[in-house]
Amino acid sequence: MIAVRFFASLRDAVGTAGLDLGSSRMPADLDGLLCVLRERLDGEAYAAITGASVRIAVNQTLVEGNAALTAGDEVAFLPPVTGG
Amino acid sequence: MLRSVRVIAEDFDVGVEWSALRTALHGGSGAIAAFCGLVRDRVDQETVTTLTLEHYPGMTEPSIEAIIDRAEARWPLDAVWVIHRVGALSPADQIVLVLTASAHRDAAFAGCEFVMDYLKTDAVFWKKETRGGVSHWVESTHADRRRASDWDAPGK
Repeated sequence: MIAVRFFASLRDAVGTAGLDLGSSRMPADLDGLLCVLRERLDGEAYAAITGASVRIAVNQTLVEGNAALTAGDEVAFLPPVTGG
Repeated sequence: MLRSVRVIAEDFDVGVEWSALRTALHGGSGAIAAFCGLVRDRVDQETVTTLTLEHYPGMTEPSIEAIIDRAEARWPLDAVWVIHRVGALSPADQIVLVLTASAHRDAAFAGCEFVMDYLKTDAVFWKKETRGGVSHWVESTHADRRRASDWDAPGK
């Protein structure tokens, strides 16, 4: 199972803080996960989480491009940060 | 180097933190610089009623540690303490505290400003403003990104 989390504006866009992708169709990598999300989410939500400014973290570490996933991983979609 | 990173919902007392840091230093420090960020009550001529800060537990703290690592590599700092609040805040509330200590003021001032600039662009937090009963997520600004990237400019 992969735990997917959406933060801040992306949570609002998707309508949920997260979802679990079950073991029946566990994606092997981020590209595969995006394919699953494209089917699961409506077009507007999918566009939001794949926006140019969105960064993706696997197990709390930012990744660039594709990355392999294994059971138990947590994948987070992060909009641009605005702390301080 | 003394370091402390705290992400908390409750308020903090600058005096208490200042004294705790001053007591923890070992006499070699000649300067403590402090920056405290507050919630403004107006943005674009509109009254802000609430500022809500969200973070990603487990990722936010390391993102602050990484900023402190960079400051430590750049200046001879004796201490960097960061407190950042999360949750619903009101105008005039304290959001963030950065304390830096060094033998001399130059490094303390510069380190404090550097850490603050990168807290804006690299630390994992998101702000939601409520104005006139309407809430919206704050967008990152070009000015903030420019301030941070200027630290990599020649001559800095």
